[in-house]
Amino acid sequence: MTTMHAQVDNGVNVEALLGVRDALPDTPEIAQFQWRTTVSWVNGTHSRSTVDTFYGFGEEQHHKTTFTYDADHPLAFAAQDNGITPVEYVLVALGSCLTAGIASIAQQRKIQLRSVQATVEADEDLHGILGADPAVRNGFSGVRVSYQIDADATADEIKALVAQSQKRSAVYDILTNPTHVTVDVS
Amino acid sequence: MLKTTTVVVGAGHGGLAMSHCLADRSIDHVVLERGEVAHSWRTQRWDSLRLLTPNWMTRLPGYAYCGEDPAGYLAAPDVVELIADYAKETAAPVRANTTVTSVRQNGDGYVVQTDQDCWQARSVVLAAGASTVAKVPALQAGVPAGITTLTPAVYRNPGELPDGGVLVVGASASGIQIAEELHRSGRPVTVAVGEHVRMPRTYRGQDILWWMDAAGLLAERYDQIPDLVRARRLPSMQLVGSPDRRTLDLNSLSDLGVRLVGRLVGIRDGIAQFSGSLANTFALADLKLGRLLDTIDAWAARAGVDSEPRQRFAPTTVPAATPLTLDLRSGETRTILWATGFRPDLSWLDVPVFDRRGEVRHDGGVTTSAGLYLMGMPFLRRRNSSFIDGAGADAADLSDHLTHYLHIN
Repeated sequence: MTTMHAQVDNGVNVEALLGVRDALPDTPEIAQFQWRTTVSWVNGTHSRSTVDTFYGFGEEQHHKTTFTYDADHPLAFAAQDNGITPVEYVLVALGSCLTAGIASIAQQRKIQLRSVQATVEADEDLHGILGADPAVRNGFSGVRVSYQIDADATADEIKALVAQSQKRSAVYDILTNPTHVTVDVS
Repeated sequence: MLKTTTVVVGAGHGGLAMSHCLADRSIDHVVLERGEVAHSWRTQRWDSLRLLTPNWMTRLPGYAYCGEDPAGYLAAPDVVELIADYAKETAAPVRANTTVTSVRQNGDGYVVQTDQDCWQARSVVLAAGASTVAKVPALQAGVPAGITTLTPAVYRNPGELPDGGVLVVGASASGIQIAEELHRSGRPVTVAVGEHVRMPRTYRGQDILWWMDAAGLLAERYDQIPDLVRARRLPSMQLVGSPDRRTLDLNSLSDLGVRLVGRLVGIRDGIAQFSGSLANTFALADLKLGRLLDTIDAWAARAGVDSEPRQRFAPTTVPAATPLTLDLRSGETRTILWATGFRPDLSWLDVPVFDRRGEVRHDGGVTTSAGLYLMGMPFLRRRNSSFIDGAGADAADLSDHLTHYLHIN
């Protein structure tokens, strides 16, 4: 690495993150988080989700403001296109999770980033969700992420950033490994 | 009650190296051994297994290899012979067939209860091994009936397994070695690959461990590396000790026809589920190997080592189509081998030194209970703490600490 260490600033407070990790042996319970959203049907395939509170560090937490997200299906599906499709939110989640990881790991490794861009693509065969072919799954048949990164680091150091980011990414884990999901009606 | 100054639990290479160091420091001690010297090498090794470290590296305090094949790798019976000879030559005070059933604090020392006698000692060294029990993941509960499951600790040779397909879970040294010989026995083999440490057997004409030893990497200390927690959790190096010094890695397994799939992450309704992260698992291991070779090359240049030119190895090939599931009820898979690592068995230790994961809290083998020491764990004091070759330096350090402790108390 050729970077001047003292000047590396990707805008990530790595000390705070490492401080949490250091506190875990004595207070492991602060690591238990719960994430939430409330989803309301609007009309047709249009729904609106709000995200406001979560639980973590031992207490109820609030986002700085309430965030609202519209999801719908496109005109080509004879829908109103009031928002992106739910599967596109998955791509947004994966790309933003990996990119946040890259920034954090780069900061810890004293690598100055100049630009990071990801293209996230997923393939889906509609035979699945349309119930037209039971052999085809509903979800993605594959997801590809392609990064273009300009940073003060060698090509291998940049590859290692991207690899480590996948290793520590929640959304990457959620997509690559099975998760128990329960849905009930009250 | 019998009395001694120090009780060493375990007469493997670690306990015997410690015994040698204690004798040098004139500390009265006994070495308690549940079976015979080198018990796990007698009872828990498969037939084809050889040491992962070359013969010249089989060094213990007061012992060095002087046979005719310094570049070779000892088979399990040779390791037993070596450790038994070492015990004899060093006149180690071993009490064989003596199983420790509890160790607890008593005044300023410890009471060591065995199935034979009871000992009072001022200090105790835990040298019962890091790999006493084969670890099996909790998801084993979902394995359908009718499938044979076993671990490397009880596996001996392919002939003991049913015919038919085998799922090997884990791709460290045990997993890849057993996968290869099961494949050669004619069984279709699938290996579920999680995090692993890729290693070529030889690099630039030398054993990879020669380079790591010469460059000082194996002697790196626990208090001088950036992420000790992670270093202690690294899987074993993907190596095999064989007469032809061949490299056995995931590419060579693929070339043979072994199927590679992602880490086993669940078994649901009899269907095994594999992680979709295989490409990144490969990338992490390839990049880590690249960094090791960069370090070695840089050292070789500084040290002016005259050797063959630098090499780089092909990246691990990601299979074109990797199944994410495997139906364990189809009859295709007859056996599952859990090559998912080993753990110590310190269930008899009744001293409050365990953390919430059940691991002993220690600083380089000095536990949080005065006079109680630990040996042989991965990266206990050095990168080679769990190697035969690493026992000497650790035993010297810890016996110095122990001697000082006895003097000031």
